[in-house]
Amino acid sequence: MRGSSLLKNLLRKLMYGTWGAAPSDVYKKIHYRRIWLSSVFITGVVAIAPLVFMTVVNIHQYHKTIKEEAMHPTSRLVSSNKRALEHSLIERKNALQFIANEKSTEQLADPLILRSIIDNLNSTFEHFVDLTFIDERGNVINYVGPARYESKLRGVNYSQAGWFQEVRDEGAHISDVFPGFRETPHFVIAVRHRDPHGDMHVLRATLDMALLTSKIPSFSKDDGTDAFIINDQGVLQTASRFGRKALEKAPVPVPPKTAATEVLEKTDDSGRAYVLGYAYIEDTPFIFIMTRPLPELMQSWLSLRATLLGFLAGSIVVILLLTTTVSSVLVGRIRDADMRHEMALHKVEYTSKMASIGRLAAGVAHEINNPLAIINEKAGLLHDFVDMTPEFPKRDKSLKLIESIIASVERGSAITHRLLGFARHIDVKIQPIDLPALINEVLGFLEKEALFRNIEVQTFIADGVPSIMSDRGQLQQVFLNLINNAFEALKKDGRVGILIENKGPDQVVVTISDNGPGIPEEDLGHIFEPFFTTKTEGTGLGLAITYGIVRKLRGEIEVESQEGIGTSFHVVLPRVRGE
Amino acid sequence: MPELRVLLVDDEEELVGTLAERLALRGYDVTYLLDGAEAVRRAAQEPFDVLVLDVMMPGMNGLEVLKEVKRARPEIPVILLTGRGSEQDSQTGLELGAFDYIMKPVKIDRLIEIMLKAVGANG
Repeated sequence: MRGSSLLKNLLRKLMYGTWGAAPSDVYKKIHYRRIWLSSVFITGVVAIAPLVFMTVVNIHQYHKTIKEEAMHPTSRLVSSNKRALEHSLIERKNALQFIANEKSTEQLADPLILRSIIDNLNSTFEHFVDLTFIDERGNVINYVGPARYESKLRGVNYSQAGWFQEVRDEGAHISDVFPGFRETPHFVIAVRHRDPHGDMHVLRATLDMALLTSKIPSFSKDDGTDAFIINDQGVLQTASRFGRKALEKAPVPVPPKTAATEVLEKTDDSGRAYVLGYAYIEDTPFIFIMTRPLPELMQSWLSLRATLLGFLAGSIVVILLLTTTVSSVLVGRIRDADMRHEMALHKVEYTSKMASIGRLAAGVAHEINNPLAIINEKAGLLHDFVDMTPEFPKRDKSLKLIESIIASVERGSAITHRLLGFARHIDVKIQPIDLPALINEVLGFLEKEALFRNIEVQTFIADGVPSIMSDRGQLQQVFLNLINNAFEALKKDGRVGILIENKGPDQVVVTISDNGPGIPEEDLGHIFEPFFTTKTEGTGLGLAITYGIVRKLRGEIEVESQEGIGTSFHVVLPRVRGE
Repeated sequence: MPELRVLLVDDEEELVGTLAERLALRGYDVTYLLDGAEAVRRAAQEPFDVLVLDVMMPGMNGLEVLKEVKRARPEIPVILLTGRGSEQDSQTGLELGAFDYIMKPVKIDRLIEIMLKAVGANG
């Protein structure tokens, strides 16, 4: 509860800034909140929109650049590995082709010579498992290699095998990896041999899969990069680093065939992004594949993006703080100016209203005064007659009646006097003022109400209070406002005390106290502000005008109040109105 | 005590007539007039002891009458009758040489008191 009200206060401070006062009627009427909101919105958007736009463009651009930079090494790595692999395959194929061209049919059919050839090949190139010499009809003529395979090859005919036909037609063939009847997976390179008579034979070499495996680069343990070779059917030719063995299904689909090295961005089955680099190895079924997890490559990108977004967020916070502060100050100024304007208007209106009432009162009083004077004289004459006639019937009774008429005339005369006094005070005039008398005059206006509402009014006058130099009408208005306010605050059986006393040698203070409900502490600081009102029908100007008048008369006005006990207004007036 | 000759001037006959009658009842020789100009003329010719003059009158007002009378017969004391709210006029009247002023409605005893004082002061 406490925290939320604190937050509310903070927000209020932020929103209203220097406006200070609680939102009054005028504030609501003129929609300062709307002005404030549009000011914050417009300046905020103007400042923030380009920033957001630039950040988005930057992020996009940086992302593209960094991704390209991340993919480039992959492409290079794939290319160099592909070249090495291609080279070692072509090298062996060419060596085989050289032997096929160099040796005669008879030489190749000689087991001793073929044995020496394979030994020579292995001493230079490695990974040759066996060599088979096959005639035009697909029959094995000669075989050198591990003795345990030899019996299996006797009588085999390859004339229907796809590779045999390919060698016959194209001149060479490199197979993918297959298990065959040898225990370890291997692959085959076969070349065509022609003798001078135009007969065709085939020289076929079986190579250990280790040749391929030796061409796969190795990576550090925590590197997520994987490299392997697959064939064009999507079967692994070498083991994958992460679980799959050779001749199992490849962990990536077969990429589209291209002549050059390609790097693509892909997503695997579990939604992880990775970079796929691949290259087809010409004239072979092999495809060199390299996969690298994208997040690893983009690590630097993530931290850059965080920096950019952090900067954006920080800037937005600063901009919002600035725009709200500036808007608060500006709208506060506008509101203050409006308030002063409104106040001035009200004052003019009030003054002219008072002037009209004054003129009306003076006119009425004057017109009534004449008939009162006549009644007075006629009654007086009648009194003389009755008084001088001892035998007048019901003489005493008549005299009493006439005296009552004269007394009533005096009362009427007192009222007209008061009205005229009120009218006179429209013009500002500094003159000696007897404060107790002036207060009694003001109370005269209110005595009916006090009587009616059973309000007890007591006036205390300290000894030695002098008359002061001030404006009678203005002071009358001040005390009328204050006493009237006290009356309005009071319920039935209220009390109002008025104390007039000296304050130092140069000032007189008039204190008007009531035993009303008091003013809440949070309102106490605002009650002299224009348009501050707690009454449903109040203008909120009464005390503001009172304050203005007292200041104009070089005086001071203070308030003290305690809820449930009452309120006191102290009006301090100078004896002489100095400059 | 010699009979005091009083000239009362006020445009309101109801008022001035009655007041004159009341003063007469008390033994004064009272003449009353409703017009300022005539008052000036009569005051110049007749030996009044005291002049009671209303300030607010149509035509020639009380202050003008006062000025004229004071020029012709400076020795006659003049008492001004003023309505409420014309204190400023009364002040001017005193400066012009009026003896005193009295507010309407008039209390007859107070008027007589001032009249006697005025005549006494005059010697």
